[in-house]
Amino acid sequence: MSRRTSPVIPGFGLTLGYTLVYLSLLVLIPLGAMFAHAAQLSWAQFWAIVSAPRVVAALQLSFTTALFAALLNGIVGTLLAWVLVRYRFPGRKIIDAMIDLPFALPTAVAGIALTALYAPAGLVGQWAQALGFKIAYTPLGITLALTFVTLPFVVRTLQPVLEDIPREVEEAAACLGAKPWQVFRYVLVPAVLPAWLTGFALAFARGIGEYGSVIFIAGNMPMKTEILPLLIMVKLDQYDYRGATSIGVLMLVVSFVLLLLINLLQRRIEKR
Amino acid sequence: MSTVTLAAISAARRGHALGRTLLIAAAWLAFALLLLLPLYIVLSEALKQGLGTFFTALIEPDALSALKLTLIAVAISVPLNVVFGLAAAWCVSKYEFRGKSLLVTLIDLPFSVSPVIAGLIYVLLFGAQGFFGPWLQDRDIQIIFAVPGIVLATVFVTVPFVARELIPLMQEQGSQEEEAARLLGASGWQMFWHVTLPNIKWGLIYGVVLCTARAMGEFGAVSVVSGHIRGVTNTLPLHVEILYNEYNHVAAFSVASLLLALALCILLLKQWSESRLTRLKSNAAEE
Amino acid sequence: MSIRRFALAALAGLSLSAAVQAQTSLLNVSYDPTRELYQEYNAAFNKHWQAQGHEPVTIQQSHGGSGKQARAVIDGLKADVVTLALAGDIDELNKLGKLIPEDWQKRLPQASTPYTSTIVFLVRKGNPKQIKDWDDLVKPGVEVITPNPKTSGGARWNFLAAWAYAQQKYGSDDKAQAFVEQLYKNVPVLDTGARGSTITFVNNHIGDVLLAWENEAFLALKEQGGDQFEIVAPSLSILAEPPVAVVDKNVDKKGTRELANAYLNYLYSEEGQRIAAKNFYRPRSEKVAAEFAKQFPALKLVTIDKDFGGWKSAQPKFFNDGGVFDQIYQAK
Repeated sequence: MSRRTSPVIPGFGLTLGYTLVYLSLLVLIPLGAMFAHAAQLSWAQFWAIVSAPRVVAALQLSFTTALFAALLNGIVGTLLAWVLVRYRFPGRKIIDAMIDLPFALPTAVAGIALTALYAPAGLVGQWAQALGFKIAYTPLGITLALTFVTLPFVVRTLQPVLEDIPREVEEAAACLGAKPWQVFRYVLVPAVLPAWLTGFALAFARGIGEYGSVIFIAGNMPMKTEILPLLIMVKLDQYDYRGATSIGVLMLVVSFVLLLLINLLQRRIEKR
Repeated sequence: MSTVTLAAISAARRGHALGRTLLIAAAWLAFALLLLLPLYIVLSEALKQGLGTFFTALIEPDALSALKLTLIAVAISVPLNVVFGLAAAWCVSKYEFRGKSLLVTLIDLPFSVSPVIAGLIYVLLFGAQGFFGPWLQDRDIQIIFAVPGIVLATVFVTVPFVARELIPLMQEQGSQEEEAARLLGASGWQMFWHVTLPNIKWGLIYGVVLCTARAMGEFGAVSVVSGHIRGVTNTLPLHVEILYNEYNHVAAFSVASLLLALALCILLLKQWSESRLTRLKSNAAEE
Repeated sequence: MSIRRFALAALAGLSLSAAVQAQTSLLNVSYDPTRELYQEYNAAFNKHWQAQGHEPVTIQQSHGGSGKQARAVIDGLKADVVTLALAGDIDELNKLGKLIPEDWQKRLPQASTPYTSTIVFLVRKGNPKQIKDWDDLVKPGVEVITPNPKTSGGARWNFLAAWAYAQQKYGSDDKAQAFVEQLYKNVPVLDTGARGSTITFVNNHIGDVLLAWENEAFLALKEQGGDQFEIVAPSLSILAEPPVAVVDKNVDKKGTRELANAYLNYLYSEEGQRIAAKNFYRPRSEKVAAEFAKQFPALKLVTIDKDFGGWKSAQPKFFNDGGVFDQIYQAK
């Protein structure tokens, strides 16, 4: 099923074999167990579970909050990446180093910190309260938590690409009489779009599945602020293994498709 | 919407000092609001009742045993995933074969699988009602609700980290140096130790750092398989949750700030390995 | 090959160390608000156990939502004893896990319930919204904090107390359902456990009234000082019976039956009852109850067995998928 192209370098069988065994034992067989469990259901039963109003509401919530968080990151992340790559200013190194904080910080810590911040009695929450709206325990709070957790994705995928665009290209375009919007439209957008989409999709995929940072701030109301991973937990705690695995399978398929998409995008970037 | 940002960006690019300043200010503002504020909250809540309470929370036996368990999980999952990452990156970057895209996607999969699912699958496998449950029970082997389950869940969520860092790096570097070493008579292992490893050293460290961070901080997956036995199967993030639920706000944030301090150390390490990596790359480019 | 052998050896080593530990340790899997109770009780029991000439024991605690904890035990958490929020959850250990016999509740006095509690209201100091009884909870603009009955035992008692009130006052199941539906419309946050709700109300300052276990309400007063909250006793509530049980399958395997039995029996002793009362649980012993009579207001209480036909009929009717609780949430 496979062929070696570099006959001189040894270890193909060993490394591929090891990779496959390791992946199978740790990832594929366990995930397969979930499919096997869900496969005990008929299509009709599976459909009845995943199309129940509460599941659909959670699905919509998880998707929209993850989408908005990814969009917000698409904007803020682009800004940060651009500023970090193109300008030298005081504190640049600090910002650059700290961008990865959400990856390094345990999600539970992020969860309680953000709740303390955005709850009506919190530092930011009381301002929102005074202005007449709520952040914690609403979809807005979930979106903000997801934005925090997925912040590094867009920044980190855009940075190397922006570094690779020579300024001369833009300057040349400008010298040839291109207006700023034209430089933007015909030079910058095509160059960074695939990377931007990759970062966006990564943030989106991670956002759908995120649990630890969200449950503290979500409010967990069925039909309103109950995210999909929490619903899996709730089903599990009610001894509803079928419900839990059905939703699990649904989420798994979604993340697999998203990942395939991301890998295709990345191939396009590399081929360029 | 990001169109707006980019438009602003290209405007600024043409030398508008004002635009430049505005963009930098906006970046600082976003940074302060999104990242610094949560940091500040953790520290200020932890130190609300002074340093005494802060340290008491950290040296309490349950906190120490949680720290120990977290370190065990890190000490097992990181080396396992380093070996895996090296093997996976090797076969993906040095050879062409059918199904490579699929393999890469599978390697990435744990990265986007919800942590809750990562816990659930081990319950389905090893729980008393699960596939291997009865077999394990007959032999008195406890996997979930014990240390092995916590380690397994941690390994699962950290599978991709080292491989993801190494694959692009090794693809970029190509195989010429290795081929040369082989032609000069080096054995496979000699080639690996003396040629490949030095080349990927910094990328590897970077991957290890990211892997460690995630292993240390995993909450959702571990929460499902832990059983929450105080002093026995609680990791640090779970201990934070327990304290938070015990009216022990200050202690919860104290332990949280310990995790935060570890996270900051990890960022420093990461920054250091990253700067070595870029220096290495630019050196290579100059040659 | 050698890796596999190593892994097996490591697994064997870990399970062995667990087995060695098991001789002197006992795992009590409990629900959310009992943390403080068992902290004190475990120390007292250890003293009592050693006074009888035994080696000291390590008592391990695990806390969480009652349903979640039962599920963990069914999935293989090696609990020696369970002390959960309601009999329905312990029934599942029999039904799904075959871990205990069906008549488990008959093995200890008082239907295996060494202490009881009830559901009361915790309001902010001065009772700014004038909340006196259940009817005040369905008024527009009143925010009610209660956990999710699907995952929390306390929340199920809350739900049933509200139901019992409405049913007695308005006379039919339909009207009771409309009443609780109205009540849950006033709930802005639905935590997964009773403790989560208390934190939401007390620390995060959400809501006007917390529906709480009486013990949890008293504890909140004690932890936060009495100057921030007040307890309001409604005109009718429910007798909340959190039962206890030895998990037969686990204690037989670990050889801890004697210890586990002693541990639960001691809850019924005078000292055990006093510790329960000190932690704001209503004691069963009349002598201890008399000592603490001032602490607990006299309330008119319905019971799960008399008024709802036991958990075996209440659980499927109200809380299983498609039950009343799902209906009121999907009606919106």
